[in-house]
Amino acid sequence: MRRFNKTMTVLVFIFLYIPMLVLGVASFNSGTDVATFKSFTFSQYGNLFRDDALLTLLRNSVIIAVLASLISTVFGTMAAVGIHSMKGRMRRAVMTLTDIPMTNPDIVTGVALALLFAFTGTLLRTQSVLGFWTLLIAHITFDFPYVILNVMPKLQQMDPDLEEAALDLGCTPYQAFMKVVIHEIMPGILSGALMAFTMSLDDFVISYFVTGSSFITLPVEIYNYTKKPIQPKIYALFTLMFAVILALMVLMNFLQGRGEKEARLRPGRREARAR
Amino acid sequence: MKKRILALLLAAFLTAAVLPARAQAAGGEITVYNWGQYIDDGTDGTIDVLAEFTKETGIKVNYLTYDSNESLYTKLKTGGTTFDVIIPSDYMISKLKEEDMLEKLDFGNIPNYKYIDEAFKNQTYDPQNEYSVPYTWGTVGLIYNTKYVSASDAASWSCLWNANYAGKMLIFDNCRDSFAIAESMLGYSLNTEDSSELRACSDLLSTQKSLLQGYVMDQIFDKMERAEAWVAPYYAGDYLTMAEENPDLAFSFPKEGFNIFIDALCIPKGCQNKAGAEAFINFLCKPEISGQNLEYLGYSTPETEAKQYMSAEVTSSPIAYPDQETLARSESFSNLSVEATQEMNDLWLQVKTSGSNTTSYLILTLAAVAAVILIFVITGLDKKRRLSRRCRKWKTEGQQPAK
Amino acid sequence: MLRMKNKLLASPYIVWMILFILVPLGIVFYYAFTDSITGQFTFSNLSNMGAYLPIFLRSIWLSFFASVICLLIGYPVAYYIALCPPRKQRLLELLIMLPMCMSFLLRTLAWVAILEDTGILNSFFGVFGIGPLPLIRTNGAVILGMVYNYLPYMILPLYTVIMKIDPRLVEAAADLGCRPGKVFTKVILPLSAPGILSGVTMVFVPAVSTFYISQKLGGTGTTLIGDVIESQFKTAYNPNLGAAMSLVLMVLIFLCVSIMNHFGESDSEDGMVTV
Repeated sequence: MRRFNKTMTVLVFIFLYIPMLVLGVASFNSGTDVATFKSFTFSQYGNLFRDDALLTLLRNSVIIAVLASLISTVFGTMAAVGIHSMKGRMRRAVMTLTDIPMTNPDIVTGVALALLFAFTGTLLRTQSVLGFWTLLIAHITFDFPYVILNVMPKLQQMDPDLEEAALDLGCTPYQAFMKVVIHEIMPGILSGALMAFTMSLDDFVISYFVTGSSFITLPVEIYNYTKKPIQPKIYALFTLMFAVILALMVLMNFLQGRGEKEARLRPGRREARAR
Repeated sequence: MKKRILALLLAAFLTAAVLPARAQAAGGEITVYNWGQYIDDGTDGTIDVLAEFTKETGIKVNYLTYDSNESLYTKLKTGGTTFDVIIPSDYMISKLKEEDMLEKLDFGNIPNYKYIDEAFKNQTYDPQNEYSVPYTWGTVGLIYNTKYVSASDAASWSCLWNANYAGKMLIFDNCRDSFAIAESMLGYSLNTEDSSELRACSDLLSTQKSLLQGYVMDQIFDKMERAEAWVAPYYAGDYLTMAEENPDLAFSFPKEGFNIFIDALCIPKGCQNKAGAEAFINFLCKPEISGQNLEYLGYSTPETEAKQYMSAEVTSSPIAYPDQETLARSESFSNLSVEATQEMNDLWLQVKTSGSNTTSYLILTLAAVAAVILIFVITGLDKKRRLSRRCRKWKTEGQQPAK
Repeated sequence: MLRMKNKLLASPYIVWMILFILVPLGIVFYYAFTDSITGQFTFSNLSNMGAYLPIFLRSIWLSFFASVICLLIGYPVAYYIALCPPRKQRLLELLIMLPMCMSFLLRTLAWVAILEDTGILNSFFGVFGIGPLPLIRTNGAVILGMVYNYLPYMILPLYTVIMKIDPRLVEAAADLGCRPGKVFTKVILPLSAPGILSGVTMVFVPAVSTFYISQKLGGTGTTLIGDVIESQFKTAYNPNLGAAMSLVLMVLIFLCVSIMNHFGESDSEDGMVTV
């Protein structure tokens, strides 16, 4: 049974990474056809770095992702703390509200926001509503649930008396909040922020409906590229991003492993637990 | 303390990164919205029109593309973006004019307008020449791969309904161009508004659907060049571009008739930099620019002067500049009424969404619904049985002393 | 006092969500019931939905098959990862999430290049003289695309839930005389039901509303709802019809998810593990 699971896992990993291999090979191809390999060349990477437009798009995507995840993390954590103090019907209502963007398909959220902005446009009698701000609003909106759903479990696991103990020991309410509560839920905040950043960086469907032409993100422009003869420097961009993210993840894994090893070896904690 | 400094630095860095994104370039900036693959971008040693324009005037160009008149119209209608120059086709220009979405051009800023041939002025879509300046003109025809498709088959639009080429045919992904093919085959005008005629066209297009490889616009380049598809209707200029990559490709003007079009430069309402837009239009009308640009594109120029800057091979091409006898079979689009446009859109949607083997899906769904109801009933009965068994067990146990 | 202040923390979030989730949905309602030309109240958008019933059915069934396949493939993988030592677990988890961070547009394009008539697989078969197989533009290709894109969304929730199953329960069942097969069906499967449900939902919802996968990997006979909605907003300018379709899509998804949740609850209502 275990061997079956293991072979399945290996097969699935191969399946998941085949396109990466195909695109990686295509990025070194001098011809434009992915299926036929003409000759090995680095020229696509050269084209990529000379293409200001593509790099601008990448920068746009990163800016939106960073801003949206920051804002949604800050306000989402505040909201999670607030929801945690709520009871009964109010809490259920707010949690349902939080679940709506998760259970709604992306296309419906995108369409709804696009209609909202169009409606606002006709109210304010302007034509140029869609742009940086509408994109940011949309991203923050769908990032919120990711943050809240990552922070809430940590709040629920936290010992409720810790905050009171801090107050008893002389902290101001603000200090108690920052030093105790935030510290306890920090893993949830970090994973929520990371998820929000990842979702924003690669979001296509929602951005496609709410983006104007003044501020375009990379996924939307890639979609436009797929409607025309493909330019191979896109494959170079993809392979580079893949390499960078892979390196980051391996690094994170390594650091996390080291952090855990240190925690295990710290003597003070072990003694305290033994007591 | 450290964290707070870090947070402040991060915030400062982010604001610094965002601000330049919205700063305007020094000589001004214009946003041009054009068809895809419709301007020379400097590949293969040809001129980069946009770069040349910026060099000459100092105005930076923000360049975006669309793939059909309908996409352009939708983009302008849904708002949210301002463009300075757009390049619609003839019928779309009259539609935009009627809906008051175009600015009148200041021809004082476009002195090169004098090079446009008289034959292209005073067209039905802009009789007073107030809103547009012709950019290219062209025709629609059938592109086919001579290795797989015979020339005799390709002489008629019915080639696209030929089952021998099933799965290897493409057609336009916009309603007017596709309906035009059906209208030619059925002998109707390309601008008919008659409901029964439109419906006959959509029925004809529906019969074609199962034989098609797909509905495409600019994806056609890759597909025809690699011989993934063998026959497709498209614009003559793009055929000339594709033929350079794949010499097996040939072009025919089908005998039933075809569409001839003029694409012209216009300035939409809401533009940010009208003077810059007019400078751009003026630049494109320069004979050397028009000549070199259109030689690269393969489309036909509306300026005789520009032909001096094009090679003889192009100016004598019967595909780029067909003779009068061929042109007699052509017809241009005019704008349809709002109701007719809506009806055509609805019929087109029906064509694209009508499907086969729906019966199998219906059967599956009915079976699933039946299965769901069955499971509800069975689990309900099963639960009742288990509960009653448990109750009986407790009753009997209660009567015996516990051991 | 602390409670009151805490509750207020959630208020910016609640206002934001009402403004950007509930109000847009209301606007979708408004557009769905408005005629596109005259702007008056009408049921015609919705009553015309009947013509698109085959498309709705096709979307639902293709996504359903994709979800089932994801479940069958993903369960062994999630099981394997759940039983791995923590360090390996984290590495595998990151490797599964990595494809999710990469542009799914380009990854799907890679599959187009692989499956095309002149693509990689068919060129390979051509070497052996096997004629070009019709791999692309079939329902199967669309399902493949859906499975490929959404498999990680199935594996991650499953693995999180399976990891939390108390191993003592499994041991106890074995001690009480269960064969491994029965241990699985009577203990592990019911306890992993919440993970199965959440995984299936996370695959089904985006799969049923996709338009990119069917555009690239599908043919003329595999139009899905997402395609139609996208075309109504981007090419044919008819936001009323698009809004009506989005509304029907939302209701359908809500129904499907409720049925699934009902099954999940009725399974675990017994609570006790019967042998």
